[in-house]
Amino acid sequence: MAPAPIVELQGVVKSYGAAVALKRLDLLVRAGEFFTLLGPSGSGKTTTLRLIAGFERPDTGRILLDGADVADLAPHLRHVNTVFQDYALFPHLTLVENVAYGLRARKMPKAQAHDEAEKALAAVKLDAFAGRKPAQLSGGQRQRVALARAMVNKPRVLLLDEPLGALDLKLRHQMQAELKKLQHDTGITFIYVTHDQDEALSMSDRIAVFSHGEIEQVGTPFELYERPASAFVADFVGSSNLWDSMLLRPEKVRLLAPAAPVPAGFEARPGVVREAVYLGAVTRFGVMLADGRALSVMEANTAPRAERLRLVPGDEVLALWPVEACVRISNNNEGEV
Amino acid sequence: MRSESLIWLAVGAVLVFLFAPVVIVILYAFSAAPIPAWPIAGFALHWFRDTWNDDQVRAALLLSLEVAVMATAMAMVLGTLAAMAVARMQSATKEVVSFVVLLPIALPGILTGMALAAYFAYLNVNLSYWTIVAGHATFCVVIVYNNVIARLRRLPRSLVEASADLGADAFHTFRRVQLPMMASSIGAGALLAFALSFDEVIVTTFTAGAQNTLPLWIFGAIRLGQQLPEVNVVVFAVILFTVVPVMLSQKLIGDAGRAAR
Repeated sequence: MAPAPIVELQGVVKSYGAAVALKRLDLLVRAGEFFTLLGPSGSGKTTTLRLIAGFERPDTGRILLDGADVADLAPHLRHVNTVFQDYALFPHLTLVENVAYGLRARKMPKAQAHDEAEKALAAVKLDAFAGRKPAQLSGGQRQRVALARAMVNKPRVLLLDEPLGALDLKLRHQMQAELKKLQHDTGITFIYVTHDQDEALSMSDRIAVFSHGEIEQVGTPFELYERPASAFVADFVGSSNLWDSMLLRPEKVRLLAPAAPVPAGFEARPGVVREAVYLGAVTRFGVMLADGRALSVMEANTAPRAERLRLVPGDEVLALWPVEACVRISNNNEGEV
Repeated sequence: MRSESLIWLAVGAVLVFLFAPVVIVILYAFSAAPIPAWPIAGFALHWFRDTWNDDQVRAALLLSLEVAVMATAMAMVLGTLAAMAVARMQSATKEVVSFVVLLPIALPGILTGMALAAYFAYLNVNLSYWTIVAGHATFCVVIVYNNVIARLRRLPRSLVEASADLGADAFHTFRRVQLPMMASSIGAGALLAFALSFDEVIVTTFTAGAQNTLPLWIFGAIRLGQQLPEVNVVVFAVILFTVVPVMLSQKLIGDAGRAAR
């Protein structure tokens, strides 16, 4: 049996003046999920998060938290906590005071609150800095304080608004793993906003893809990548070859010599390499097929010691892919792209 | 290089023009002669003692301090609340309200003074300590408001949201987040307001009735040509009471600016 719903949005509409931020949103997040809201900026994902946190009120629709409608409940009365994009640490308070803030606001005695806060700081390996102010920390450290400050309250749901956006790539990857582990260990439901498809795919149990104030598709990373419901999803999640309503992912294609035999269950098209870009782990090829279609191909650089590109522009090739790799996009709305 | 030295010459000339009179008045306070005259006749400190023992001067000093403290206190409360209210308004309303709040400082003091005097007369309010305070509060509020709203403009909105998110109600957020974040700008505004109130003449002449604040006493004494050595001493005191708060205010703003970075 699937876990119970913990957050539910039903027919939620939100506009700012004439601008419609959310058209009519239905969303269901189950207890214990790592659920990601993915989309370009202005697609409504942050508005959705702010509605759940209570910073915004919907024009119409219901927002259920543990089955109770909280659409009109002030943020401080909701048992959810947020990790803000800019961290929003209180600059005049020390780290331990920052982390104890939520406990103190809910009337926990000071000594006990500071005790809990120190434990939470230790969990993110910042207990040695408990007496410092946020200005004395690096970006990555601030990020972890923001996380500790939210988690110490043991929220029913943790809302994260592009929490890794300001970090450099290496730190980002490290924090992605830490966040995923934290979510797994605590079992707290995470709702995570990002515009980064890699981040969404690597961390989430399920993802909702947003576009223009609507959800295009909800599904597991596999479902979104392998069976996108629309051209928009196919294009936003990963790179893609889109022909009419057919999708072929670039890494499913192999480039062989022009006269190579075609095994059963494969489809083959002749073509000419137009572009070859070496990216370290992979090489991206642009191929012009004989029938005039452009094909993008991603190839892992598996040679033990490559000195140059395997294929260069001008080379004739045979593009080969398994028949079932080419999938029909179920409800194609290419006009949206 | 030549044009640069010309510029410095011009700057020096302007500074001398601005501050030489002030310096001369301060020097006169130490003059032995009963009438200010150049060159200074000799050095003496007894004018300070005489001035301090003058009951009228003491009463005026006390009144000036009481008025400045009360007007500043009112300005701290009203200016801060006004700034917080305006900061959360939408753009169109914000501009109108902000203009109305700023207006008193743009209006000539003589207009404010006349209008207040007429208004108090209409309401049959006798001119008193409180009418002076009300007059001063009109511009003191603006000074605090201006300082606080500048701070609020730089504060990220997410701090207040974070506080609410962590379970704090509006009062807790005000007490633990907004007030501490605004404190140095309220303080800086209050010091400026105090200095402005302390040396205000025009609005005070219309709202003071029979009482004298220190600047009014100076004004009266000069007009009658009496007690001129004491005037120099009092002027010296007024300069201190205005310059020191302004300097402290600058320091407060500077420190807060550094802390924010």
